[in-house]
Amino acid sequence: MPTWACCEIREATVTNPFDIFLLEAVLNGILLGGLLALLALGLNLIFGVIDVVWICYAELVMVGMYGIWWLHTAQGVPLPAAMLASIGLVAVCGMLLHHYVVSPVLSAEPINQLLVTGGVLFFLQALATVIFGVEFRNVGFRMPSLNLGDMSLSGSRLLAFAVAVTAIGSTWWFLRTTYLGTAIRAISQDRSVMPLMGVNATRIYLLTSALGGGFAGLAACLLVLQYDVHPAIGLSFGPLTFLICVLGGLGNLIGGLVAAFVFAQFISVGGFFLQIEWGYVIAFVFFIAVMFWKPEGLLSRRR
Amino acid sequence: MQPGSNGQAKRRAGGSVLECRAINAGYGSFQALFDVSLEVRAGEAVAVVGPNGAGKSTLLRAMTRLIGLRSGQLTMEGKDFSQAPPHEVVSLGIAHVPEGRRLFPRLSVEDNLRMGAYLPAARARFADRLEKVYTLFPRMAERRHQLAGTMSGGEQQMCAIGRALMSGPRLLLLDEPSAGLAPLVVQAIFTLVRQLREEGYTVLIVEQNIQQVLQIVDRAYLLETGRIRESGDAATLIGSDAVRRAYLGLL
Amino acid sequence: MNARTLAAGLLLLLLLAPWAGLGRYPLHLMVMAVLWAYIYTSWAIMGRLGMVSFGHGAFMGVGAYAVVLSWNLFGVSPWVGALLGIAATIVLAVVIGYPCFRFRIVGHYFALVTLALSEVVRLVIVALRDQTGGSLGITPRSALGGTETYALGALQFDSKVLWFYIMVAFWLLALWVWQRVDRSMTRLALQAISEEEDAAASIGIPVNRSKLAITVLSAVMTCIGGVLYAQYQLYISPETVSGISISLQMVFGAIAGGMFVLLGPTFGAVFLLVLSEVLRVLIGNQAHGVDQLIYGLLLVLFIIFMPEGILGAALKRFSRTPAAVDGATGPGMGAPGKLS
Repeated sequence: MPTWACCEIREATVTNPFDIFLLEAVLNGILLGGLLALLALGLNLIFGVIDVVWICYAELVMVGMYGIWWLHTAQGVPLPAAMLASIGLVAVCGMLLHHYVVSPVLSAEPINQLLVTGGVLFFLQALATVIFGVEFRNVGFRMPSLNLGDMSLSGSRLLAFAVAVTAIGSTWWFLRTTYLGTAIRAISQDRSVMPLMGVNATRIYLLTSALGGGFAGLAACLLVLQYDVHPAIGLSFGPLTFLICVLGGLGNLIGGLVAAFVFAQFISVGGFFLQIEWGYVIAFVFFIAVMFWKPEGLLSRRR
Repeated sequence: MQPGSNGQAKRRAGGSVLECRAINAGYGSFQALFDVSLEVRAGEAVAVVGPNGAGKSTLLRAMTRLIGLRSGQLTMEGKDFSQAPPHEVVSLGIAHVPEGRRLFPRLSVEDNLRMGAYLPAARARFADRLEKVYTLFPRMAERRHQLAGTMSGGEQQMCAIGRALMSGPRLLLLDEPSAGLAPLVVQAIFTLVRQLREEGYTVLIVEQNIQQVLQIVDRAYLLETGRIRESGDAATLIGSDAVRRAYLGLL
Repeated sequence: MNARTLAAGLLLLLLLAPWAGLGRYPLHLMVMAVLWAYIYTSWAIMGRLGMVSFGHGAFMGVGAYAVVLSWNLFGVSPWVGALLGIAATIVLAVVIGYPCFRFRIVGHYFALVTLALSEVVRLVIVALRDQTGGSLGITPRSALGGTETYALGALQFDSKVLWFYIMVAFWLLALWVWQRVDRSMTRLALQAISEEEDAAASIGIPVNRSKLAITVLSAVMTCIGGVLYAQYQLYISPETVSGISISLQMVFGAIAGGMFVLLGPTFGAVFLLVLSEVLRVLIGNQAHGVDQLIYGLLLVLFIIFMPEGILGAALKRFSRTPAAVDGATGPGMGAPGKLS
């Protein structure tokens, strides 16, 4: 946080004393964008392939965060192991979610699918409250910040960005070059001919659900380094993730990435000038404006 | 052009490859197939012809287990697969080129072909088979990175057949390969089928275009309102009354 | 006795209920039940016609905070505050509704956009914490002195019985509106639209205008629900009147009862209230949150096994033909079909 003394000194040498911190906000926005992009990736993957929106997606991330906290802080498991275990946990949760909750309503109206995952949202929030209580839990791990001149960039944000970019890149490679990845791309284009090539559609859906859950788990690993976990934490970034995905075109992986970075800038820079909540509001207003201009989303190619 | 002739190699049909016995199938309360029996022998080309709505596509979908059987039996090289789940059919050696091509429109040609080789056994031979398909369809080789949905109907049909070939099938099922294609393209497709026959593939074609198809197959079945009305050598069938009646609706 | 007499009899019973010597708390439950019945019905007026909003919390929140803030900060009577709230609601509904309908944003997209709207309203309320009290909530300044039991100008009444009748009046109003919409051309138009929008447009149905009209109607009614909530409960917070939780609750309530049936949302309101009370009594006091747990679980099970709602399912079971159920032959919850 800048002190007034710093600013006074700087005034003598720089025309606009807030430039550097604006730049810092922009950079932080880029770093935040990486994390949001990872979240959007998971949601878009599920929707693009299975055609279902997991309203409870952020709550799955919460499950991962609690998993890490419990394993590491309460059980003393080393942090990296706890993180890996949590990724696996949430991946399994994704599969369970698909098998028990989503697939019974796959052929029903979209509202049913939204509601059924909405029910899981309540369920998971309540489960967290019952097991862990409403207190904010912290993993107690603080990464050092990177200081560039007068800018301070959070180390955990940098890590999150790097991991997110790697994850996205790997997913890209996976989808483009492997048989399974190609099958995942194919099934979203024509599900009914999949059996003709020996592909078990249910198995692909389960795998995709595991992947979606895995991304949520990965996001949990990154978030737990920066934020405390509590039962309602999903509300902080869940709706935001939905907005990002809609803006980029639901199911459009690239669109989601672009939208994530755009939103992150609005939040970061908006939050720099005003309270953080206004950043979100401005982002939403921007979203509405885009909707007037290009209703299917920035880069969508499917509804 | 003599119907039924296959160029120089006059094949002798080998053992039974696919056998359907007394198939009854339909959709919900609607029954589309009644006691349908047919057989395809190794090396043969067999056609199932019949007017619109006869149940031809339903028959193929029953054969590849996309719809369930009410009763009856399906065997492939002696192995009963009447209860098999649909994604196991291709591992029996049956490759189905569905009606309307049904390529993956936003995947490239090569990705579509890759999907054809999804089976573990097929993956091992991917490079080989890809080469063969590209030799058979040079146009596909040119367009290997093009999105399948942007190709013309005829090219898509080629790609669809190529995709089926990637699994190294022992029986190729073609569902209305000429549908929606211009006459010149249709001819090209049928020439292609003849070529496949020469390569040794066993083929079952479902077609409305009876004139053209009877010229490239050995035997044919006439399917009408869900029942086999007639069957026999293509040569005999081509002039038969039953066929004429079925198509002109004079029955 | 025919249905009409039965209905009249039940209504009479309802109106006499507060005098049955029930305690303060049961009476409070009755008031809340009717209020939620009103709110869920308001939501369902729009929801049953294919426009499923996950953001009605926005409108309720606007109504609630409009009256409380204008009273507390500016001394403006809640009567006027309510009008301000309604005006703001209309603006919001049009701003969201117009682009959605014009550009055919429906189904998943529409649900998510409306969800975002309710969250944004909640965020704005929290952001204005100096005025609104933020997450801690806010209470309207009491206009009741020592022995006063009502203050009409301030829309504050001490008597629960009076509030009960007020809620019942609005509830009946909502049912009447539902019937009117049902009988109007708009409803047929909207049913046509929800089944096949292009065909509807091609025969001259003013698609966007109809959709927008119903949206505004539903939004305004929900806004009024927020006003009633604030003035009755005398405490509101961003999470209880806006945001995703309350929005989802509205949807669930309407659907649990049966979205396509006139009294479905009412049934849902009663059901949810009874359920949460039972859970609270049986479990809630021992384990904080277990009631919510079961609530969420039930929501999931309901959607999977009884998507047409309790009343809808019951009516289907007891009526001879499905056509007897109001609108349930249309693109219904239990039938496969397109939402968009």
